Amino acid sequence: MADYTAIKYNVPFSKAGSLKLITTFTSDGSDATATFASGVDSTYKEYLFIFNSIHPETNGVYFQVNFRDGSTNYDATKTTTYFRAYHDEGDTATSLEYTTGGDLAQATGNQRISDDLGNGNDECCSGYLHLFNPSSTTFVKHFIARSNTYHSSDYSVDVYTAGYCNVTAAIDGVQFAMSSGEIQGGTIQMFGVL
Amino acid sequence: MANYHDIRYNFAIGSGADVGVMKLIKTLTASSSGTIDFVDGTSDVVLDSTYRTYIIRYINAHGSANANLTIQFNAAGQSGFNETMTTTFFRALHNEDDTAASVGYVTGDDIAQGTGYQRLAQTGNDNDQHVSGEVWLFNPSNTTFVTHFIGRGVEAHGSDIAADCYVAGYVNATAAVDEVSFKMDSGDIDSGTFKLYGIA
Repeated sequence: MADYTAIKYNVPFSKAGSLKLITTFTSDGSDATATFASGVDSTYKEYLFIFNSIHPETNGVYFQVNFRDGSTNYDATKTTTYFRAYHDEGDTATSLEYTTGGDLAQATGNQRISDDLGNGNDECCSGYLHLFNPSSTTFVKHFIARSNTYHSSDYSVDVYTAGYCNVTAAIDGVQFAMSSGEIQGGTIQMFGVL
Repeated sequence: MANYHDIRYNFAIGSGADVGVMKLIKTLTASSSGTIDFVDGTSDVVLDSTYRTYIIRYINAHGSANANLTIQFNAAGQSGFNETMTTTFFRALHNEDDTAASVGYVTGDDIAQGTGYQRLAQTGNDNDQHVSGEVWLFNPSNTTFVTHFIGRGVEAHGSDIAADCYVAGYVNATAAVDEVSFKMDSGDIDSGTFKLYGIA
């Protein structure tokens, strides 16, 4: 009989880590939304969404997120914060500022997680969003996000969003969309954090 | 005695294809190093389309001088760490004698379409001073879009200040990025650990 320490596995443990990929959205070039309608449940205490090279159809729009809280609609009530640092390519403008137009106060609409995004061929945004304990039916549901935007006026914008879904119902779906027009490129991966 | 195939686990083991992980690719250790470079295809470094997202963590990076730890990139097929970047930099700081605390943008530490190294955080060169933090690099193998990065680092500043430093920006090129370089803007990286991870 083999000793426990000598047991060999045919499982690729080199792949084992703290994240499990649940699903990947890859834009087909004309997506009204990117919807994660399943897989958000009590399996994980935390979910991580990584979005890479998200490209919009329309110039000057925001990449946004919303949450489903038990119905079929992505309209959970949210209170959020939004601040940003920016710097233009011409080196004429810099700022670190809270943006009142970017936050929500007990509203059900989409929350922006990028700044004003350009639709030039090489323009996009990338970043991540953490969603904490979405299956809780006791507490509000927190989320935090950070991204970098290639702004429509050729700025680099470092964007910070955070807040909570002010509901005690479980959050069981997450949806991303542009504030206008389609998602025309990029990927969004949903991970469970082990 | 249970047979091997009857053993049950209380966690899910993916089939492989569905297991997305933060995999450690390479660890580099500084020792009076002029630069610390991760170069795709060299010394087991992978920095290509194998992973969509990369994270580089720098831990206890200590300089030979009071200096900034900085970062630059090189595009595939090109030479030199001199990619054009536009970046932002802000920080929160608090000194040890409790006389100064603030948060603000630092105009001197950003880049507007420049090709120099981007500051991450400043370290003093006292024996116990160093910087630690991480940089996320998004979709560096793409050849359609600019390549975004975001970072956060904490510094033990040479003037005995704790500072929480936030940097972000993009490499303003559509060429793939396959090399990353770190160096101090003065002196060497005396010591420190740099870890490159990939997220599939």
